[in-house]
Amino acid sequence: MYPDPRVVDFVTRHFKPVRVHVKENAADFKRLGERFTAQWTPTTLIVDRTGTERHRIEGFLPAQDFLSQLELGVAKAAFARKDYASAERLYREVLERYPETDAAPEAQYWTGVSKYRATNDAAALKATSEAFRQRYQDSTWAKKASVWG
Amino acid sequence: MAQQIQWGRDFDAALESAGDKLVLLDFSAAPM
Repeated sequence: MYPDPRVVDFVTRHFKPVRVHVKENAADFKRLGERFTAQWTPTTLIVDRTGTERHRIEGFLPAQDFLSQLELGVAKAAFARKDYASAERLYREVLERYPETDAAPEAQYWTGVSKYRATNDAAALKATSEAFRQRYQDSTWAKKASVWG
Repeated sequence: MAQQIQWGRDFDAALESAGDKLVLLDFSAAPM
């Protein structure tokens, strides 16, 4: 699974990958499945060093979409540890690298939030709202950003 | 570049040794 070399490279560089198999690792599958409420396969979680889930991918995705979700998860982890400058950069990279994926509008939203958190300048939110009028107008994230102006 | 993902099996050990990395925990039913 995930034979795409870009996925292999990204996973190798950013993650300690662990696989629990429903049959081959039944005890761990049950224990960790209950801990993280994983009720379907494939379910792929991005977990930080505190053991906290930061992102969840449920179901199969083609490589490009899967990669975009992995990168989104890395950005979320940076945001969660309040490294807002890194989070902004990482979200922006998702937006630039995977503009046609479902991850893109979410990344656009959180790019603005990360910039706002880093600078405390509400202009970042207003600019994000304006950006949604140019692209991803029909996304849930555009609705969420609409309140910013 | 690695040819395939080197999946570990021990989540707790991965968490302990993660360092600057995140843990990617994959619940799978795919053929091993």
